Amino acid sequence: MRRGLIVGAAVVTAALALAGCSTGGGTSNGKVTITYLVDNAPNTTATAKTFVAAFEKAYPNITVKVESRAQGADGDNIVKTKLATNDMDDVFQYNSGSQIQGDHPDQTLTDLSGEAWAKDLTKDFKASVAGTKKGAVYGAPWGTTFAGGIMYNTKVYEKLGLKVPTTWDEFISNSQKIKDAGGIAPVLQTFGDTWTSQLFVLADFANINAKDPNWAADYTANKADAKYAKQPGLLGFQYTAEVFQKGLVNQDYASLTNANGLKELAEGTAAQYPMITTVINNVKQSNPDQVNDIGYFAIPTSDGSAPHMTIWEPNALYIPKTTTGAKLDAAKKFIAFANSSTGCEIQAKAQLVTGPFSTTACQLPSDVLTLVKDEQKYQDDGNTGSALEFLSPIKGPNLEKILIQVATGQATAAQGAALYDQDVKAQAQQLGIKGW
Amino acid sequence: MTTVNIPVPTVSAPGGPDGPSRKARSLYPSWFYVPAIALYVVFFAVPTFASFYFSLTRWSLFDATFIGFDNFVTFFQNPQLFNGFIHTFEYGFATSAAKVVLGMALALLLTSPVIGRGYLRAVVFFPVLVSTIGVGFVFKSLLDPFHGVVNAVLGAVHLPQPGWFTDPNMALWTIAGVDVWKGVGIATLIFMAGIVAIPQEYLEAARMDGASGWRIFRSVILPLSRPAMGTVIILSLIGGLRSFDIIWATTNGGPGFASDVIASVIYKQYQAGFFGLSTAGNVILFLVVTAIMVPVSRFINRREVEL
Repeated sequence: MRRGLIVGAAVVTAALALAGCSTGGGTSNGKVTITYLVDNAPNTTATAKTFVAAFEKAYPNITVKVESRAQGADGDNIVKTKLATNDMDDVFQYNSGSQIQGDHPDQTLTDLSGEAWAKDLTKDFKASVAGTKKGAVYGAPWGTTFAGGIMYNTKVYEKLGLKVPTTWDEFISNSQKIKDAGGIAPVLQTFGDTWTSQLFVLADFANINAKDPNWAADYTANKADAKYAKQPGLLGFQYTAEVFQKGLVNQDYASLTNANGLKELAEGTAAQYPMITTVINNVKQSNPDQVNDIGYFAIPTSDGSAPHMTIWEPNALYIPKTTTGAKLDAAKKFIAFANSSTGCEIQAKAQLVTGPFSTTACQLPSDVLTLVKDEQKYQDDGNTGSALEFLSPIKGPNLEKILIQVATGQATAAQGAALYDQDVKAQAQQLGIKGW
Repeated sequence: MTTVNIPVPTVSAPGGPDGPSRKARSLYPSWFYVPAIALYVVFFAVPTFASFYFSLTRWSLFDATFIGFDNFVTFFQNPQLFNGFIHTFEYGFATSAAKVVLGMALALLLTSPVIGRGYLRAVVFFPVLVSTIGVGFVFKSLLDPFHGVVNAVLGAVHLPQPGWFTDPNMALWTIAGVDVWKGVGIATLIFMAGIVAIPQEYLEAARMDGASGWRIFRSVILPLSRPAMGTVIILSLIGGLRSFDIIWATTNGGPGFASDVIASVIYKQYQAGFFGLSTAGNVILFLVVTAIMVPVSRFINRREVEL
């Protein structure tokens, strides 16, 4: 193992020397330049620029260069590689939860638990940016929490006299009625963006957790009952297969993209979309007048118990260990600014609020979306639960592809779930988790 | 662009009788080799052997745990990965065969006196010059099942409108078709070189003997362009087995895993952070390509010598 490391290190060093990697920026006459890495979604980069402009105004001695990276799996790879080769930007924005856990935060990130804003964070958020070191907080929230479940067109529901379903059978009968009405796709699937295939499984987790609060811990510990091939884990796979088999999905499911699907949902040519609510930001861009026609309900349950809303923690800002000296101070100021009242305002204005904030430093604005009001009901009733990726470090990387197989009839729900269990096993072994 | 004459290189006869004597004393001292050897060792030999080692580990870039042949077992047990392995062969052999047949047909056409020959040669070769990723994106939009031009035309004449890249049973073959469209120019060029190099006397003699066009092709052109055939087969087979960019640009190996090949599987494992498994995939690809190409190239070269 040791020798492998040295060989690897030698190769990496040689490659870096050849590429002439520079760290960029520097300190001269009291001025500091730091770089800030965000993903290249139009809304993300636009928000980053607005925020940086406000920050530079408040701290004239610090210049922040915004750099962008790919989204999705390519982006994950860029972040992982940059961290592993000590080539990460001074501050970067990235997922909290299992994604950052996979990048060895204890070894690569600066512990920010001593910062003033850290005490304002919610417990759930702290857990999602913690490492294995006790009490460590490696990130600060960026944006609000969001929920996973079904986004639906309230106008279509009104027109057809439908009621928000609480059981899966009601959901299917609603969908059937929408189909019979004609001209409206009952359930949207958008495999032009592969990640969108996962929501029937991922957003059902709060329901699993409500039934069996130990499921996540058992799953992490490789207990035989907490597998997707067994109930209740299998349900999400069955839902995915069922809407396809019953012909309830849109015709162009194989090529439609997320953005175009959302347009159809906003315009009422599609009625229901298993999704995460953070995508409402895209609707703000494409259909600003119809943003409030879109509502939310949690994935219905199969046994008639109360549906629970699955919550995702926001992305976070991180500082890698490679940021030191004056740059580290500047980076810390940058993150503190994001958690100041000005920072909160910019976040709330630039990207729509899709759920409560994860820090008490930021307050929800008074005019929230229909979608958020719907989410609030689940909050008020206490029918919520964190997504699995915040309760367990293990998420198999092939879930989206496997679910597309299930959702297009290439594999059955049971086959897909069994494949995913294998994928989870591979990931757990890769992460070196005990018991696998 | 008007007419472009594509230069036709001549294929040298294989196995020339006497090359320069290897025993002749070198003009330069041996230490002139040192920089080249050093570069080769650092950038080729060391990474190659390092990859053999890392393929036997669970590697996270931060540390590597030795796990024996587990990665290889996973590769062949996991249906997603193994399908990619099978697809690689289907794809490699299908594109190679299509390029040989179409390339030969086009070469025959373009070496015969047809009108606008120079222009046609340029047209056939043109796709080779375009970026593969660009070709992939263009075809992805042309062949979009609902908004693409191709299906709009098919729909207008009441033909079925298949999901070219989105139907799991078709995706791989659609990509193979695009690959052939893009790569057939090279095959044509090599065949043309081979055909042009055939001495006119043979063709004249055959005609004098009253051979039909088919007979001339069968008994003169085909055997005498065997060196060109060998080159085309080897190049297109190697290219097909390692194909990645066109697949990634069109389907990302999807829908699901329906158009995954070894190269895209390797990339996805790498993306997912399974660096050891990904390296094992590379080792398998290396071994497979070698295991196929060494006998193929031996076989083809032997036939040349017999001629």
